Amino acid sequence: MENITKDYSHIKGWGVDADPKNDPTYPMKHRTNEEHKGFSWERPTQQPVEVEVLHSIERPNLTAVFGTTVPPSGLSGMIRRFAFKYSENSYLHWLPLIVADRVNVVEGIVDDLKKGHVPNIFAEKGYKAEWKHNRQSFIQKMLVIGALTAAAVIVLTHKDSDSEEY
Amino acid sequence: MLAMDYRGPKRVRVTQKPMPEIKHPQDAIVRVTRSCICGSDLHLYNGNVPDTRVGSTFGHEFIGVVEEIGSEVTKLKVGDQVIVPFNISCGQCAFCKQGLFGNCHESNPEATAVGGIFGYSHTAGGYHGGQAEYVRVPYANVGPTVIPEGMDLDDAVLLTDVVPTGYQAAEMGGIQPGDTVVIFGAGPIGIMAAKCSWLFGAGRVIVIDQLDYRLEFVRNYAQCEAYNFKEMEDPVLFIKKTTDWLGADVVIDAVGAEAAGNTMQTITGRKLLLQAGSATAVHWAINSVKKGGTVSIVGVYGPTDNLIPIGNALNKGLTIRGNQASVKRLLPRLIEHVQNGTLNPKAMITHRVPLEEIADAYRMFSGKLDNCIKTVLIPPSARM
Repeated sequence: MENITKDYSHIKGWGVDADPKNDPTYPMKHRTNEEHKGFSWERPTQQPVEVEVLHSIERPNLTAVFGTTVPPSGLSGMIRRFAFKYSENSYLHWLPLIVADRVNVVEGIVDDLKKGHVPNIFAEKGYKAEWKHNRQSFIQKMLVIGALTAAAVIVLTHKDSDSEEY
Repeated sequence: MLAMDYRGPKRVRVTQKPMPEIKHPQDAIVRVTRSCICGSDLHLYNGNVPDTRVGSTFGHEFIGVVEEIGSEVTKLKVGDQVIVPFNISCGQCAFCKQGLFGNCHESNPEATAVGGIFGYSHTAGGYHGGQAEYVRVPYANVGPTVIPEGMDLDDAVLLTDVVPTGYQAAEMGGIQPGDTVVIFGAGPIGIMAAKCSWLFGAGRVIVIDQLDYRLEFVRNYAQCEAYNFKEMEDPVLFIKKTTDWLGADVVIDAVGAEAAGNTMQTITGRKLLLQAGSATAVHWAINSVKKGGTVSIVGVYGPTDNLIPIGNALNKGLTIRGNQASVKRLLPRLIEHVQNGTLNPKAMITHRVPLEEIADAYRMFSGKLDNCIKTVLIPPSARM
């Protein structure tokens, strides 16, 4: 913490080749070496915590401000809480978050249906723009999806009827 | 209020959401007059950024009018029209104090590697973004800058991200007079990086992309060379040949995680998510830059890992630089460039779309339909 004020005179040659112009961060960083003093700056007023906010374990506290949107909830929230037990250096942080995002999509559809809202997938995917500006390719894509879906249904139905014979 | 509402990969809509509130004494509430869809929003849209929660509102490029201020806000007043930098910066931490406003340590509790960014998932702080009618803007004494009188709002909105990021891409290249600069990507950032490379004295500027309409645009807009990599056997070999077999002095990656051009990268990075996006552009950048040259990365990647030839970076003695643009640091100079006509950002805008049609706007931008380069969203209140 006290690096800046430490006396290195007992180390022969300490700093003899230091060159302030040898700074690859110029001009992004106006180097003052503030951070050599550690996490010691005068912090802004702390935002009150009114919702659950997960924070990286690579820092000791919440930041002075933070977003309060979409707090963790449901199964995806449980997975996110698990993920935040691990550092940003760990796959156990990021991979569960991606899984949580996918679970959250299903939760979003369930929430919509609970509220009596059937999601208009066609509109949400912006297919109107595809229809307007990319019609031929869009039709081809839909035909392929339709054919694959029909094939899957036929295969599954066929298996079902086979199994009934036994 | 109306706001964009993320429902899952490639699914967005506009819904009514509660008005934002002052949560901190340095907050302001801004009524949005213009917002944009950024290329990096596509990483969210495609579901590639971890901790992108259903119900989030995207949008980190926006301007607007100050409607309400917190008790500690002294540098703005209600009614001011402001440019809001995409990064949220406290101005007090060790990083902000040294000009690293894109690396604030007091705005993002969820991750330490990136500062807070409006509307960019909980990995960037969990803030709603500007693809809405109103936004909560933290640290209003620090980031927001009053729009100079007479400045076109379409120019102003591009000063929130596109212009500073393109400029900083060139700046980080450390371009020296006469240098050959290669830019991968002819999206808005690549176009602006090409334009700004001349400001640092580049001797030759070459842009590489796969979309002919964008290449034609950048050729005219930035007075540079522009080539389609689909017509090349190998883009790295092409650059070696065209630079007398030595490579470019500076190469800029202005693409990021959505890069095309390498099947293995596309499958592992974009389809299977085994990487934090496709690293094709940075891969090509390392291999096509000269020995001792500089690679400048502004294309956005996710927080996990990418496959890049780090051994070549070592053996060639490269300097690799990257950062989120420090918008606040750069704004005074860039406003000058716009005001004196050196830069004309609004010429990049190809589509102006009502906020209510956001799903179609994302589809159009994502699919590069209708020769789309830059899409601006206009909320209902700004159309009156």
